[in-house]
Amino acid sequence: MPESTFLDSTELVLNMGPQHPSTHGVLRVILKLDGEKVNGTECVIGYLHRGVEKIGENRTYQQFAPYVDRMDYVAAVSNGLGYCLAVEKLLNIEAPPRAQVTRVILTELNRIASHLLWLGTHALDIGAITPVFYCFREREEILKIYENYCGARLTTHAFRIGGLQYELYDGFEEQTKAFCDMFLPKVDEYEELLTNNRIWVGRLKGVGILTGEECKEYGVTGPVLRAAGVKWDLRKAQPYSGYEQYDFEIPTGENGDTYDRYMVRMQEMRQSVRIIRQAVDKIPSGPIMGKVPKVIKPPVGEVYVSIEAPKGELGYFVVSDNSTQPYRLRVRPPSFINLQALDRMVRGGLVADVVAIVGTLDIVLGEVDR
Amino acid sequence: MGKLFRKIFLVDLFQGLWVTFRNQNPKYIYTEQYPAERPKVAERYRGAPRLNINPENGETLCIGCNLCALACPEGLIVVTTERNEKTRRKELTTFTYDTSRCMFCGLCEDACPVDALELTQDFELASYTREGAIWDRQMLEEGPKPTRYRC
Ligand code: SF4
Ligand code: SF4
Repeated sequence: MPESTFLDSTELVLNMGPQHPSTHGVLRVILKLDGEKVNGTECVIGYLHRGVEKIGENRTYQQFAPYVDRMDYVAAVSNGLGYCLAVEKLLNIEAPPRAQVTRVILTELNRIASHLLWLGTHALDIGAITPVFYCFREREEILKIYENYCGARLTTHAFRIGGLQYELYDGFEEQTKAFCDMFLPKVDEYEELLTNNRIWVGRLKGVGILTGEECKEYGVTGPVLRAAGVKWDLRKAQPYSGYEQYDFEIPTGENGDTYDRYMVRMQEMRQSVRIIRQAVDKIPSGPIMGKVPKVIKPPVGEVYVSIEAPKGELGYFVVSDNSTQPYRLRVRPPSFINLQALDRMVRGGLVADVVAIVGTLDIVLGEVDR
Repeated sequence: MGKLFRKIFLVDLFQGLWVTFRNQNPKYIYTEQYPAERPKVAERYRGAPRLNINPENGETLCIGCNLCALACPEGLIVVTTERNEKTRRKELTTFTYDTSRCMFCGLCEDACPVDALELTQDFELASYTREGAIWDRQMLEEGPKPTRYRC
């Protein structure tokens, strides 16, 4: 921070975090304040840095798969899917159809789980206590499906390179369908609590506006981009894992403010239910694991594969030098890139809005720092 | 007029309370009475490791092939074997498993060719010392023995 800011008598420098409940992890934001107004921010990250990319260079391809779950631990299944797709592309193989449909169901469930956690904590930041309990209750149902399927709730390690390790358990279809039936009325209930709530609207409408052009400049993706009216979803733009077979819409907003981002995510949960319902009805039979050699040694080359994670575009860049370990592995985390826009969104706003904006970006610090 | 009616009879308040009471249905209660009642975890749960023994003669199923140690990303399994001169076969001597570094990914379990190593449904792995988290062969065969509380 430049020296001169301290000499300006009206400017106050305030540290928000790293131990602040509404930074959703350990993020430190240095706020430059003029009274209640925010004149600028600076993010300090790295408190959760574990060197995941470097670990990737020192593990075999299969061994690295559990580590990707620990980046965005709220959406571990999506992380696993991105990594598996990247290595599969490097090996030039494809997962069998049964595995692909199962992957779609599990990642869409994961999108709902991630959005539910976001909704609960975001509402908590704004001051609505009730939704967090309801959201976690429904999230629990999803975690139960994961626990039954692969034996873990959060860091699932559900997918393997080339397909799946575990066969679907008995009653998976019924449990998933029951969840879908139960969940849609619950989304309406959250909307009943929040959408027309005067405090909610007052705190969110017109706060943290980010236009479509600005989103593109910063490289912001995911619901934040869609709330600004840009219809961009990788599931439609470059379908992977058979997403082209499903019928769903891309919800978009208009103003690109915090309220629109809330509405987009609520709609996305409904669309996810729609995809899950279509997918559950047509799980094909057949093998779940493709023909993958026991020792994975991809040919020399590099790939970049990106998927639409709940928070935005999640990309994996893998370079192979024909050994059992990646030569270089780079992750494009959506949270990290979306966090860049924080300064732009906060500048000129009020201190209380910072909390709302950090919440609406839906960052996970495990992914920002890696 | 309608507005006044809503104000006098606290309609909005009752609407709000109706949401609250609707969610008091015992079907929606998820709180687990943990030490008193153990949660039932899924069949495939990946918890405490166990080294299976042959139930008939009490001998270990492990053939000491070291595949689990090679599969583990953390390298936390150490297997030592000794060659038995009489039968000319490798025999397991020690097996250590550092649960404090384990991330329960299940790769070791998948690698085992004879299903000797297994992640079980036990989930109480806490220990008072760091050394207590490193499990030896005996501990792995017997499994953890957590205190059972009754309330
Ligand atoms: S579960 Fe994973 S981390 Fe733990 S010992 Fe097995 S392979 Fe290693
Ligand atoms: S893989 Fe199985 S048989 Fe081989 S050393 Fe490990 S536990 Fe023993």
